[in-house]
Amino acid sequence: MSDTLQKSSDIDLDKRPENGRATAIKSRLTSWDSIILVLTVLVLIVASFSVENFGTSRNFTFMVLDLLPIILIALPMTMIIVTGEIDLSVASTLGLTSSMMGWLWNQGLSIETIIPLCVVIGAICGVVNGFLITGLGLPSLAVTIGTLALYRGLAFVVLGDGAVADFPWNYTGWVTGTIGGGAVPNVLILIVVLALIFGIVQHATPFGRSLYAIGANAQAAHFSGIRVARTKFWLYVVSGAVAGLVGVLWTLRYSSARADNGSGLELAVVAAVLLGGVSIFGGKGSLPGVLAGVVLLTALQNALRLEDVSGQALNIVTGSLLVLSVLLPNITTAVRGNYHRRRLRQAASR
Amino acid sequence: MAEANARPQKADAHNDPPQTNDPLPQANDEAKVANDPLPGASGQPQEASDRPREASDRPRKTAANTQLARLEVHDVSKSFGAVAAVQGVSFPLYPGEAHALVGENGAGKSTIVKMLAGVHRPDTGTLRVDGADVDFAGPADAKAAGIAVIYQEPTLFPDLSVAENIAMGNQPLTKLRQIDRKEMHANAERLFRRLGVPLDPTRPARGLSIADQQLVEIAKALSSEARVLIMDEPTAALSAVEVERLFAVVRSLRDEGAAIMFISHRFEEITALCERVTIMRDGKHVATEMVADLSVDDMIRRMVGRDLSALFPKQDVEPGAVVLEVEGLSREGVFKDISFSVRAGEIVALAGLVGAGRSEVMQAVFGVDPYDSGVVKVHGRRLKKGEPRAAMAAGMALVPEDRRQQGLVMDLSIERNVTLPRARKLARLGLLFGGSERAAAETWTRKLQTKLGRLSDAVGTLSGGNQQKVVLAKWLATGPKLLIVDEPTRGIDVGTKAEVHRLMSSLAADGLAVVMVSSELPEVLGMADRIVVLREGRVAAQLTRAEATEESVMYAAMGQEVAA
Repeated sequence: MSDTLQKSSDIDLDKRPENGRATAIKSRLTSWDSIILVLTVLVLIVASFSVENFGTSRNFTFMVLDLLPIILIALPMTMIIVTGEIDLSVASTLGLTSSMMGWLWNQGLSIETIIPLCVVIGAICGVVNGFLITGLGLPSLAVTIGTLALYRGLAFVVLGDGAVADFPWNYTGWVTGTIGGGAVPNVLILIVVLALIFGIVQHATPFGRSLYAIGANAQAAHFSGIRVARTKFWLYVVSGAVAGLVGVLWTLRYSSARADNGSGLELAVVAAVLLGGVSIFGGKGSLPGVLAGVVLLTALQNALRLEDVSGQALNIVTGSLLVLSVLLPNITTAVRGNYHRRRLRQAASR
Repeated sequence: MAEANARPQKADAHNDPPQTNDPLPQANDEAKVANDPLPGASGQPQEASDRPREASDRPRKTAANTQLARLEVHDVSKSFGAVAAVQGVSFPLYPGEAHALVGENGAGKSTIVKMLAGVHRPDTGTLRVDGADVDFAGPADAKAAGIAVIYQEPTLFPDLSVAENIAMGNQPLTKLRQIDRKEMHANAERLFRRLGVPLDPTRPARGLSIADQQLVEIAKALSSEARVLIMDEPTAALSAVEVERLFAVVRSLRDEGAAIMFISHRFEEITALCERVTIMRDGKHVATEMVADLSVDDMIRRMVGRDLSALFPKQDVEPGAVVLEVEGLSREGVFKDISFSVRAGEIVALAGLVGAGRSEVMQAVFGVDPYDSGVVKVHGRRLKKGEPRAAMAAGMALVPEDRRQQGLVMDLSIERNVTLPRARKLARLGLLFGGSERAAAETWTRKLQTKLGRLSDAVGTLSGGNQQKVVLAKWLATGPKLLIVDEPTRGIDVGTKAEVHRLMSSLAADGLAVVMVSSELPEVLGMADRIVVLREGRVAAQLTRAEATEESVMYAAMGQEVAA
């Protein structure tokens, strides 16, 4: 009896047209993007008052430099995860381009040639991923775990255990420097420009719209004339190219080309994207949420480090945060659903 | 209901003793004939198709039917939402009889099967096994009651051996409670001997033909001592020789006293195998009679014979230029040599049974599916194949069969769904602004009188009929010259159905060319100017509106000659 009642109330719940602007605003406010945005601002405010040196311009510069690789790689990663796929090879692509950069520099090429070449190398890594996934129809998780190992291995083949460090100071200086010696790091411009471009593409173009359709229902997207495979292919190419660019920036920041640069970074990126409210199953998520997620993670780590919290404890905090980010939205929808159902049941029994 | 309780007269007349004690000689005999595939296969299909008729003329040896029904469906009803799939159906199934269940698509046959299999529970009415009421909570209960169901596409575990499949859930154990493989194989071998089929129990199920897979399913049913065997269109994918072999096995089981329920669209099989037939129409029981007393004509007439009170308002339009030409379209194993054309202002219906390849043809035409050979032309220009975007650019739109999987992205908002195929056209300087999408969605949902809350609600929150309107809005917004609608009114309420029909009619009057795939005969007859009937992947007939009647369409769809 209660079984049938529950079923009918489910249907009612589904069919009920939620009307009015008030509910629109309410749902906007309780969406995960906004929660994470508020949380991020809160962490920044609390940390700048309670953590010594957190609010200094020097620390701000460091934080932005720490953000840089995660945030840039997260831009295409968000799109990829929205389509229901994943790219775990990004950090290895970064390592491979870093190695190539060192090797090419040793060959005597000019840095002006090397930088675009490295971006192209990253893009080629993406082409390989894209072909295996969309051309041969292999699952992206398996493919990019494979190329994660493959590209890192190639990085070691290229450069071995050594490091190349003698990059021109005007380039390394630009990456670590600030605008006019002030508080705003040079790379922040890069972050802002790229985030704007990716944000616009994802949220205000037909291409961006198609990503959500693909992630939510690839078959319906196909029936609507969207080229599913081609779209995914280009996402992997862009992801590779961005990873290549980050490989360059990483090398210049530490003035050191090494094969193991950025290892493990892919997990930080995926963690940040999921924390930002993107569904691992595809079809849901926004870039502002992801940006907030990256800032939250980095700020929290930075503040804890300033408080001399150990590395292990840091991992515990980021890990818990990630689990919570997946758990909380589920709990809130479950609670909301229960509340609705109870009300409907009361209405029915009356 | 009086008809439903009619006992098989033939069996009464013969009054033979039960054959249960001595079934084997005959079974082996028939199996031998059937296992020799060469005569029928080597260019003499005539023989294969003739054989069933011979068989039907032979006097049947059925078990004595003085006992009560093995299985009885009594005044059973079942609804899904607002759709009454089965209403007050009753018929008995006696031991030692093969009983056919026939009806159009959607007549309620599958619902009956699912209730007997324990998949669905009847809303009202009872099922009785050997006179006792039963209530199946799940398929396991039905199995325990001795009911086995063989589906059109068997569901074996491909990587397990044939013997393991047969013993699944019921494995013989050794004293140490491990699976007794020797006993399991011996068991399977015994069953195959009894059925007279030469299958190796140790081979994996993967790679078996569908016919052999069905035999494995039957063996499985026997191993669990099933006394009622329900076969849901088992012959759809079989060759004539395989059908005959299956029938030999089924006949021997019947003669051993099993009750067989057989669902098929092929009348020659029904007359060859079954003694009695139950006819259903629109979820209701029409008749249960001796097959021998009915001609194929009678059966078809009773399957379709409903009043045409539901009127469909297709206006007469002078057809314009040819919009779509399909020439010799073929796809290996799916459809072959399909040719037809559609003019502006015309509604052409693709009729046929489920599985005849109608949707597949139209999906190939639209480019979402590939095809092997043939030509699709729109306004005389050849269309690139496998490219939905090219079809859309040529002015084609497809409202697909499966609204939930193909038509809509359920999690996306109504406006995003409406503008999905034409987001590119709505963009200015490559950018989409919320306003233009909303305005476009607003216009079309209003035109179609879609009942909705906000355009930003997920489309999944709407009712089926309104979802269908969103799909129509989505495609009409692209301004098509050729509209393909696949089952445009499936699963939607009567009022919305009439709206959809009126809409299609007025669109055609405005010069749109329409191709409609539909399984509902009244819809086909009411809406279509011309009807292309497909049967087993081929064009069986092209009928004009004047030529088309329920009977002529059904005859063509079932591969029968039109009775003079």
